[in-house]
Amino acid sequence: MTAYVVRGARVVGGEPTDLLIRDGVVEAVGPDADVAGATRVDADGLVALPGLVDLHTHLREPGREDAETVESGSRAAALGGYTAVCAMANTDPVADTAGVVEQVYRLGQAAGLVDVQPIGAVTVGLAGERMAELGAMADSAARVRIFSDDGHCVADPRMMRRALEYVKAFDGVVAQHAEEPRLTVGAQMHEGEWSARLGLTGWPAVAEEAIIARDALLAGHVGARLHICHVSTAGSVEILRWAKSKGFRVTAEVTPHHLLLTDELAAGYDPVFKVNPPLRTDEDVAALRAALAEGVIDVVATDHAPHTTEDKECEWPYARPGMLGLQTALPVVLDTMLEPGLLDWDTVAERMSRRPARIAGLTDHGHDPAPGAPANLTLVDPAARITVDPADLASPSRNTPYAGRTLPGRIVATFLRGEATVLDGKAQK
Amino acid sequence: MIAHLLSAADLDRETATLVLDTATEMATVAGREVKKLPTLRGRTVVNLFYEDSTRTRTSFEVAAKRLSADVINFSAKGSSVSKGESLKDTALTLQAMGADAVVIRHSASGAAHRLAHWVDGSVVNAGDGTHEHPTQALLDAYTMRSRLGKLDGVRVAIVGDVLHSRVARSNVTLLATLGAEVTLVSPPTLLPVGVDSWPAAVSYDLDAVLPDTDAVMMLRVQRERMNDSFFPSAREYARRYGLDGARMRALPDHAIVMHPGPMNRGMEIAPEVADSARSTIVEQVANGVSVRMAVLYLLLGGKS
Amino acid sequence: MTAPPADLPEGRPDQGAADQANSPAEAQPAQPRPILNASDLARITARIAHQILEKTRGAEHTVLLGIPTRGVPLAHRLADRIAAFEGVDVPVGILDVTLYRDDLRLRGTRALGPTDLPADGIDGKRVILTDDVLFSGRTVRAALDALNDLGRPSQVQLAVLVDRGHRQLPIRADYVGKNLPTSLAESVRVLLREVDGDDAVLLADREVR
Repeated sequence: MTAYVVRGARVVGGEPTDLLIRDGVVEAVGPDADVAGATRVDADGLVALPGLVDLHTHLREPGREDAETVESGSRAAALGGYTAVCAMANTDPVADTAGVVEQVYRLGQAAGLVDVQPIGAVTVGLAGERMAELGAMADSAARVRIFSDDGHCVADPRMMRRALEYVKAFDGVVAQHAEEPRLTVGAQMHEGEWSARLGLTGWPAVAEEAIIARDALLAGHVGARLHICHVSTAGSVEILRWAKSKGFRVTAEVTPHHLLLTDELAAGYDPVFKVNPPLRTDEDVAALRAALAEGVIDVVATDHAPHTTEDKECEWPYARPGMLGLQTALPVVLDTMLEPGLLDWDTVAERMSRRPARIAGLTDHGHDPAPGAPANLTLVDPAARITVDPADLASPSRNTPYAGRTLPGRIVATFLRGEATVLDGKAQK
Repeated sequence: MIAHLLSAADLDRETATLVLDTATEMATVAGREVKKLPTLRGRTVVNLFYEDSTRTRTSFEVAAKRLSADVINFSAKGSSVSKGESLKDTALTLQAMGADAVVIRHSASGAAHRLAHWVDGSVVNAGDGTHEHPTQALLDAYTMRSRLGKLDGVRVAIVGDVLHSRVARSNVTLLATLGAEVTLVSPPTLLPVGVDSWPAAVSYDLDAVLPDTDAVMMLRVQRERMNDSFFPSAREYARRYGLDGARMRALPDHAIVMHPGPMNRGMEIAPEVADSARSTIVEQVANGVSVRMAVLYLLLGGKS
Repeated sequence: MTAPPADLPEGRPDQGAADQANSPAEAQPAQPRPILNASDLARITARIAHQILEKTRGAEHTVLLGIPTRGVPLAHRLADRIAAFEGVDVPVGILDVTLYRDDLRLRGTRALGPTDLPADGIDGKRVILTDDVLFSGRTVRAALDALNDLGRPSQVQLAVLVDRGHRQLPIRADYVGKNLPTSLAESVRVLLREVDGDDAVLLADREVR
């Protein structure tokens, strides 16, 4: 196995130092970190972060390999600074059995670019009617700990209660896509001034907030872990703050796009801006940023959702919701959080690596580069500016909402267990 | 002039007035023995209709033909559209056929905006989902101006299902541009959240609004809304928001009654009202041709 | 989609002279030289009125149709003179030819002027088209096409204030205020009190664009 000496990296934004990476671990940190024959990596001006961990990735395989495969999604993740991603269950077939989650897990291992941790469906076929074999998925080779019907809400309160209770047996967590379906029939975008003007059916904030409130109460009642996916409204933040103040075991994620983009982008009817939950208002964006800074929202998760051109170059109501996110997540967080001073490098590492690794139970991930730590890390150049070109992205899909936008931060290198998955901004396989 | 007519918001006051003035001249053609002008000879106008709307399609067709344009009707039935061809592929096909203008009717809000990205010719929105129907608003404004003599300061009540109405959206925008004062009258369930940002007043009480109204525009109410709990029953809707004879008599003497058609007689409008002298419903159809001639001329009549 | 304008280079008399004065996009005359003043115009109008009376034997069954913009006040002036000289009321109408022009695609869309025919119409009447400047003849061609769609006059004549030559069509005027030989590099500008606040005819070099 190749040894690497990373020279002059600022570990989590600290003073420049050298790192020796060998045999899958960070062997030494400091001026003596060197060994004969090691590959030198010049990290002058770069920040070393623990490898990023995404709690919310759609890899589309099996079923929609034309949009993304485990391999292409893994490559996008590595290029975005990730060393682990949690693959959502809404594939075709749905990841609701041990067989499917093991298939995804093995595809991830074969790609070898990031650790792919499958998420299991809560209900069979995401239909919300019968509980999937959660224990079998937990006991499988994939060791599933997060369960989610993402894309669909576990709307039935009784089903949600049972799932929350049941996964306690193996320290699982239910990740809820909070959307009261009866309030979002035909919904296309945030319900407000812009939906009224554009004649698109509104997705009211209350449809998210009502479910978060209900599920927080349920989690508190049964003493279970609840994770809220892609929080998008200021009202949700208030409910989460309250739930945490009550001591409920609730965590929450926000996507990069909800930290940056707003509903008025729908005005041109370009479905690249169609996403679920929808882009909200400036007030919501401000509240989400503040909540992430404060820790009311625990983590940033991408909700990376590749879609083919046919599913996006069409009429808005017919387009599939979702956006690419893996390769732009850290730049968006630097833009919206770090540069305005809402987060520092330590809290960026917390929200994008350490905390999501703990929520997902990924013990090899989320460790700052330090002697003895697994060598899962990424090097980012915070001074560089990237201009997003959809054609440059690793995914076969092109549905980035940031096309043409200039963002801070270039991911220069990523290491997975001591192996370089990305060097000089290029994927190594 | 503008490149496309996708939304009433594309028209500033000067341009909107130009369309209405041009329509006035176009209207004289309808009274002539030779109802044809050579103006758009050699130009091709495609009617791309994904929803059945014989009246709107015919109106555009007559307008284009009176200006000597070649008209191709490309309707969803019996074409590649019904075989699942995407809007973009259809657009590229029309482009290859040399369409100078595409008139599109579509059930999806924003379809006309999307189409405008994919064709070089002018796109005219003939109704997109629950978004807009700008030529309807123009013909309504034209009708009001010819009946009432002006638009500035004219008090217009738009009554009914505002939430799902592209006619209401276009009218609110255009009438505000032209200086009219719009009041939306509707049960609260049929008003969009966010309506407070529109340049219009809102009322839930039709009887309170009528005495101060110069033009009342009744919107079509789909009976299927009943099954979706927007209101309890057709009977209750008609009682609270329908325009019957008694309510019509509460209007000022000069006030007119409008309806974009097709009407649900007995639901939003009583037969007695629809057939009264105040009703401009038939006139609106005739004016539709003049306004669409004006729009086609202004989009296609000059250098492209 | 449009015919390329390459075959009609700028400065060619393809648009009719009146438009040159109207459009701000056109080059403005550089240091215009006055050709006719207000009293010249009054004398010319009176002479054309006399010629019309003479040639039409008293202007019976005659209609004056002005082509906007400046043909319209000119038609009214001729009607006034005719009424003053012989007490004959010649009906005056307006004929906008925009929708019949052959050069619509060469420029941005133009606003329409009104078309307003006299109450008795033009069928069986002698129609005298009135315009300020006769140049390429294309405006008159459009006017003849428009008349064709509006009715069937017994005869059509043409009265113009200035004939500057350079015809592109076999068209000539029956009544000419002044023959003004020009080069294509020049522009003729007619000012009328009703439109411009002043009466004059100016000649200028076109600015090179």
